[in-house]
Amino acid sequence: MRFFDLLSVQISWRNLWRNPRRTTIILTAIVVGIISMIVLSAFGRGMMEGMVKNSIDNLVGHIKIQNPQYRIDPAIDNRIDQAEKIAAQIGELLPDDVQLATRLRLDGVLSTSREHTGVMIVGIDPAAEKGVSFIGRPLYQGTPLQPEDARGLLIGQGLLERLGLEIGKKVVVLSQDASGEGRSKAFRIRGSYRAEMRDTEKRYIFINLKSFQDMLAAPGSATEISISLRNANAYQTGRVEDYVGRINERLDGLGLEATGWRQLLPAIAAYIDMFDVYMLIWFVVVFVAMGFGLANTVLMAVYERMREFGLQRALGLRSSGIIKNVMIEVLFLLLIGMALADLCSFFLVKVVFRSGIDLGSFGAGIEMWGISRIVYPVLSLSDIVMANGVVVLLGLLVGLYPALHAARFTPIETMRHL
Amino acid sequence: MNDLLLAWRNIWRNPRRSILTTLAIAFATALLVFMLSFQFGAYDDMIDSSVRLSTGHVQIVAPGYHQRPEMRKVIDNPEELLQEATMLSTVDAVSLRSEAFVLASGEKRSRGVMVTGVAPHHESKISSVPQQIKKGRYLTEGDGAAGVIGALAAQHLQLDIGDECVLLGSGRDGSIAAAVIEIVGIFKSGVDEFDRSIMQLPLAEFDTIFSMEGAVHRLIFTFAHLSDSQAGAAQLRQGERARKLQVLTWEELTPGLKQSIELDLISGIIMYFILVIVVAFSILNTFFMAIFERKKEFGVLMSIGMKPRRLVVLMLLESFSMTTVGLVLGILCGIIITLVAARYGISMGDSAEFMAQYGMPERLYPKLTLLSVMVGPLLIFVVTLLTALIPVLRIPSLRPVEALRS
Repeated sequence: MRFFDLLSVQISWRNLWRNPRRTTIILTAIVVGIISMIVLSAFGRGMMEGMVKNSIDNLVGHIKIQNPQYRIDPAIDNRIDQAEKIAAQIGELLPDDVQLATRLRLDGVLSTSREHTGVMIVGIDPAAEKGVSFIGRPLYQGTPLQPEDARGLLIGQGLLERLGLEIGKKVVVLSQDASGEGRSKAFRIRGSYRAEMRDTEKRYIFINLKSFQDMLAAPGSATEISISLRNANAYQTGRVEDYVGRINERLDGLGLEATGWRQLLPAIAAYIDMFDVYMLIWFVVVFVAMGFGLANTVLMAVYERMREFGLQRALGLRSSGIIKNVMIEVLFLLLIGMALADLCSFFLVKVVFRSGIDLGSFGAGIEMWGISRIVYPVLSLSDIVMANGVVVLLGLLVGLYPALHAARFTPIETMRHL
Repeated sequence: MNDLLLAWRNIWRNPRRSILTTLAIAFATALLVFMLSFQFGAYDDMIDSSVRLSTGHVQIVAPGYHQRPEMRKVIDNPEELLQEATMLSTVDAVSLRSEAFVLASGEKRSRGVMVTGVAPHHESKISSVPQQIKKGRYLTEGDGAAGVIGALAAQHLQLDIGDECVLLGSGRDGSIAAAVIEIVGIFKSGVDEFDRSIMQLPLAEFDTIFSMEGAVHRLIFTFAHLSDSQAGAAQLRQGERARKLQVLTWEELTPGLKQSIELDLISGIIMYFILVIVVAFSILNTFFMAIFERKKEFGVLMSIGMKPRRLVVLMLLESFSMTTVGLVLGILCGIIITLVAARYGISMGDSAEFMAQYGMPERLYPKLTLLSVMVGPLLIFVVTLLTALIPVLRIPSLRPVEALRS
């Protein structure tokens, strides 16, 4: 006997619609539940992807080549010599859509005529930062850093305001060279940038890589080569692992190390891993809320049909057949609910919330966690599969309860029942 | 009273159905009680650790210092203000602080560091730094040119206990300020930004180095309870001297914290609301069934003279008592789960590292409050009663004759 014989399917389908109101109500519960699972997880994922992207844009990149010591002790002692040459070699190793940015990043002090403040000085090649980090985006004020500009400096809008500076003003930058000697040089503020996080704006200043190298008498040095992959989602886990392996093979013996962003941002990576668990918990909670209703509704449907089951039994249908019919009915209920909910979720995510939701009114709050101001929902196949999977599996499990009840009715018992 | 008894008996005419419905309500209630207690507890922990680490509940600063900290924006004669403030009964502790940016140098390395002048014995009542010493000791009253430094700053400057550290900056009057400090302790708060940039000195020593002439930059207050801070700040603003200064609460000092709590709370409320809606649809069928399977009965009752209004009341009483049982059961379970969790704490797993950067503790402890116990159940109560109204309001339109025939 095939499980889905036409007769059982037909009987179950018709039974489902004997009480349309009851079926519609429980379908609504299922549909609302699944929509909430999919849409909320889409927003959660969108928020998280924004966070990952912001962190990667925050001068991290997908892969970073560094002296392993630099991560523990970010000082010039732990630099990369002949960075340009290494960058060129690595560039050959990777496909064309990969971008490399060489940076010299060191602690220092920024002094105005009145005040001093601690900053992170980053020497960059302005052209290489486009599409790689936030500093490659258009500036907030002023003009971009020209490649030959030995005295130009870009500053965060937040720091500019805090220090009461203006574009065009002169500042002095101080840092230490390889021998521990303090080196300072005057720069002129060419422009100011805005970043997702105000802390970033207060912390980083940018100058040309060449002028920073000259200032520290360290020609050709850098502290990091950042590698960014393009044209795909933010995670890129598989590709990143693959490239990291290939780059490290090439770097062998140079005392340098390539690291993927998951290792560079362990906290974010841990959060991503936890996210799936949080979502699963939410799915199960919503399911339990509708599971009670599902069990109750099917139970009612079964009890009011008690005499029918008795008759079917008397006519020779086995209890397994009855279980089967009830389960097919439950399956229909779940499948209709899932189909409707998936369509509605798709519509909500792709049409209603297409332009995202603006969290601007929580400005300082989202900035603290590196969340983007506008959150776009992201539909991921795995979330949809997980939501539907939880509903269909647990739903069938719950359906078993009334089905087993129906199978227990004996013909005599049911005949007596009115 | 008789009606209530009747309603109660009606519930138990179909025990299986009633139990399932009650359990659905109890489940949602218990979940909401626990989740809200968990969220409120986490918020308190977050605020508390931020308050203890740096800001305090309320601060008094010179006008404009908060927006643009500059050495010259000071509070003169802070002792008078201190006298004024300690009159307030809700104030738990007060401390004075001053800040200056300096270039700190070890033997080989230098970096910019924020030096904070603190009153050691006051600080131990207000701040968590004294408990976060990982090496050496915290400052004491008798200390002269001694300082404690963040672990990351110490690592970068290659400083250890007993090492000397040269500070170079500018004083209140713009003159050059220089000093040699002996490192007596290294602290680690877990917040990288803090550990990377902060050094603390005794206030008296700070005063001498930076020519403060007795003035300070901040007065830091903590209150016995977080909820006292708004009222406390308002009272402080009334003070003779404080009126010319700026009184800031923790919300104003760390707007990010406040707004991220709001964001979390709102997204939580959206989730709970959806959950309650799902539960409502889930139990709507039960309410419908309870009425439609008794159509005949209603027909009889109405034809012997029972007013439809009384039937409506009777049915509402039925759903009301079912809901109440579910709510009570849910609240009890929620309270038990919360108390157990509050005792042992909930580990955030791998996210703990992420949270630590924001000063969050490793384990979170739910906190049972009247608010967290009442809000969820109240929402469920209102929504289920509204749900029960949908089928019940059809009773008045029943015709006894038709009902009898069904």
